[in-house]
Amino acid sequence: MMIKGNAGGGQSPIISGMLQAMPVVMGYLPIGFAYGVLADQAHLSLFSTVLMSLIVYAGSSQLIAAALFAAGQPMLSIVFTTFVVNLRHLLMSAALAPHLSRWPQWQRLLFAAELTDEAFALHSLQFHKEVPSKGQVFAVNITSQLSWVVGSLLGYVAGTLFTDVEVFGLDYALPAMFVALLILQIQHRNMVIVAVLTGLLSIGLTLLGVTTWAVIIATVIGATIGVVLDAWTKK
Amino acid sequence: MDEKMIWLTIVLMALVTLIPRLLPVWVLAGRTLPPLVITWLRYVPVAVLAAMLAPVLVLVEDGQRLDLSWSNLYFWISVPTFLVAWKTRSLFLTVITGMGGIALVRLFL
Repeated sequence: MMIKGNAGGGQSPIISGMLQAMPVVMGYLPIGFAYGVLADQAHLSLFSTVLMSLIVYAGSSQLIAAALFAAGQPMLSIVFTTFVVNLRHLLMSAALAPHLSRWPQWQRLLFAAELTDEAFALHSLQFHKEVPSKGQVFAVNITSQLSWVVGSLLGYVAGTLFTDVEVFGLDYALPAMFVALLILQIQHRNMVIVAVLTGLLSIGLTLLGVTTWAVIIATVIGATIGVVLDAWTKK
Repeated sequence: MDEKMIWLTIVLMALVTLIPRLLPVWVLAGRTLPPLVITWLRYVPVAVLAAMLAPVLVLVEDGQRLDLSWSNLYFWISVPTFLVAWKTRSLFLTVITGMGGIALVRLFL
């Protein structure tokens, strides 16, 4: 399903990128919708709701922020929570960085602004083989963000009329996509071990209550285990 | 909070979100990194995806409780979802399996 170059179909890179983003769109529309509903309930204006989807563009942290606005939390606490929740992107950006060395800084800025978990998952899979054309990369990102903004807007307008994202299993679109992307990432046995151990670690840390840091801590330890395994198996 | 303060909050949220996303692609790209760091970075995608996914599948009540009973559909539907991902290596079929599986079970239970 990874559409790349696609000589057979003769598709333009833009179309390929848009098609590639479809699983993300399926997940972003309903979750963006849920965010819009929450933002409406938190009495954010339509402008603020859409502004957040445009310039913050980070799913889970926007849902959390809407809840914090609703609870009347002060500015600094909302900003700090957002920072901590989104800090994991530092690791994702670092993982993709070596592939972008030929891009001018301003294009890296545009790329980074749309580097969500899902965009990262799609790109890291592809960049590993070959970095596709910039048109395709940005088509993936812009299509994804557009669906997020449209979802937010619709959710805000629909308000509390319809809040059930569970119909049609829409709530499972992103978990299922992550399952596929995780499996596709795995190239050798050490990666299976790292995936299993990191997953268990993340579950354990979350149960211990370190929810916001669980992903970052587990990832750092997990990737380090990978390095150790590599050193071991090469001897 | 008045409207102006909300806008300021959102702008600051955007900044603290952008900086971690931007800094590595801005600073690290183009540098020759030590081989050990490269190896470490190669494991980041697998590790971070597993770290984000695993709690979603097995924990309930906002991550407070482990639930592997039949009522945790997220976990049980992930079994065929993983199988389809592994066998077909297709993003599309995997997402359809997961969403369809969840929708069907909800419909009939």
